[in-house]
Amino acid sequence: MLGWVNTVAQGIMLGGLYGLFAIGLSLMFGVMRIVNIAHGDLIVLAVFGAIAATTMADLPLWAAVILVLAGMFVLGYVLQRGVLNRTLAGGELPPLLVTFGISIVIQNLLLEIFSADPRSLSAGGIETQSVNIAGVLAIGVLPLGTLAAAVLITAALQWLFGRTDIGRAFRATSDDPETAQLMGIRTAHVYGLATAIALTVVAIAGILLAVRTTVAPSDGPNNLIYAFESVIIGGLGSFWGTLAGGMILGVSQAIGFRVSPGWGAFAGHVVFLAILAFRPQGFFPKTHTGSA
Amino acid sequence: MSTASFIVTRTTRASRWGAAMGIVLLAAAATLPQWSDAATMRLLTEFACLLVLAQMWNLLAGYGGLMSVGQQGYLGIGGYALFALADYGGVNPFLCVLLGGLIAAAASVPTAKLVFRLQGGHFAIGTWVVAEVFRLAVSNSAALGGGSGRSLQAMREIPRSVREPVTYWIALAIAAASLIGVYLLMRSRFGLALAALRDSEGAAESQGVNVKRTKFWVYLVSAFGCGVAGALYFLGTLRISPDAAFNVGWSAAIIFIVVIGGIGTIEGPIIGTIVYFLLRETLSDYGTWYLIALGVVAIVAMMKYPKGVWGTVAERFDLYLFPVQRRVEPR
Repeated sequence: MLGWVNTVAQGIMLGGLYGLFAIGLSLMFGVMRIVNIAHGDLIVLAVFGAIAATTMADLPLWAAVILVLAGMFVLGYVLQRGVLNRTLAGGELPPLLVTFGISIVIQNLLLEIFSADPRSLSAGGIETQSVNIAGVLAIGVLPLGTLAAAVLITAALQWLFGRTDIGRAFRATSDDPETAQLMGIRTAHVYGLATAIALTVVAIAGILLAVRTTVAPSDGPNNLIYAFESVIIGGLGSFWGTLAGGMILGVSQAIGFRVSPGWGAFAGHVVFLAILAFRPQGFFPKTHTGSA
Repeated sequence: MSTASFIVTRTTRASRWGAAMGIVLLAAAATLPQWSDAATMRLLTEFACLLVLAQMWNLLAGYGGLMSVGQQGYLGIGGYALFALADYGGVNPFLCVLLGGLIAAAASVPTAKLVFRLQGGHFAIGTWVVAEVFRLAVSNSAALGGGSGRSLQAMREIPRSVREPVTYWIALAIAAASLIGVYLLMRSRFGLALAALRDSEGAAESQGVNVKRTKFWVYLVSAFGCGVAGALYFLGTLRISPDAAFNVGWSAAIIFIVVIGGIGTIEGPIIGTIVYFLLRETLSDYGTWYLIALGVVAIVAMMKYPKGVWGTVAERFDLYLFPVQRRVEPR
């Protein structure tokens, strides 16, 4: 019994990481209706940016983190304004094809530069520390910190969208870009900021992932799929829903893995497909009329 | 304007020339085993597989507006169907190519029910998840060789001098059939309905097009074609593994082929496949750089020349080898 409690607890914390993966995807879809297929590879790009900064440039971890967060923010803005904004006029196919192309290019560039070897980030021992709960349940400090970060970032984005000027601009542009533009909102700039914020969260997720486990250049697609499943399970249009979706996915995978190590990811996919079959709008959609 | 003052034509001078040239080329290619070597036959078999896959993806995305990143799921099922039927069922391996397509089509029926609940980009990643589910299921199945895959035992009884030319002729026949099939399909009522719903689902529905059924059928046909191409590919390699069969790299190759060649045309995938093989063979000493090059070219093409090589040429010179549109001309 205690073993299962532990499995669920680990799954919830893993779900915090998936929630962090998913927030950027959810944000870009929410504001621009872009499904960014390169999302998972951008997570891996952030990881290798941090690894290059700490090993090749010999920077301390905190400096590398700041550098990568700032770098991904700028990359997001430039990517949106320089590339993605230009694909928005031609329907839904062009942004998908362009982000798919970006995904393959990033993945293979990282493979050529860093080889196929999996690597990780060292964070001075925090990755192995744990706390005991009631003397029976050992909870890792890093997974707990990741979950806390996911909750904080979700709350911060919810506040940003609900209570600030830029959040109002995001919502207005999302609802009706033309009218927003008539009201004096520079949509191209707003889109740039949305992607910049999305990729900053991607960078945080990537760094936490790389401290937790090893990452290889070919890991992008799996990251994308877990992020996507979290978004759909949670329901479109709500950051809290996305985080909850990540937790449901994390718990499903943890239970599947406990049954048999080969079936962890598979169990997650099965739960995702079951939700598609029986509750396609997800568990916590913001609008009940909207389709998935 | 009275109805007598114009005529509707469906063929062009280029298309009649193209058809004649195509028949000559096909006849010449059929004699290849007499005068060429096994390596050339293998390369052309692979060419045929990618051409068929590109046509099938183009049918789905370019004509149907359904962007899938998961056609490798059906390719893998077709490939594994060949190994299972030939090795366990004792079915003739050459016949299994067709059966591989049918089994892939059967697998696409329940899949369609699920993935069609998602729209646009979510549909794209949903199809990818399903392909991953197929991959993981096969990886965990000991009978199919698990994660490391298996070799085609049934082929041991067939001598090489028969296997190689027959595989090549099947490849040739399937490539020709896919071109003619897509051409005829797109000129039919079904093709018209498909193009209409791609351009606007609402407008197509208001004109009496059954959107749901049309999408379902195009998805099924595309799965069948990908299954056939998968079985054919692994008939040529004689070895299969989950990572080779269900690799998303297949989607990357066929999407780049179609986007560079010209999406929404039958000629485009042909040009794109030629470009793909030229780049791959030229850059074969430089690892995956050909994929990076293809990716960059595809991104630039999508942004600057969204109609690809053939679309740009066709528009400029009014050249259509496979005309699926109707033209109205003054009498």
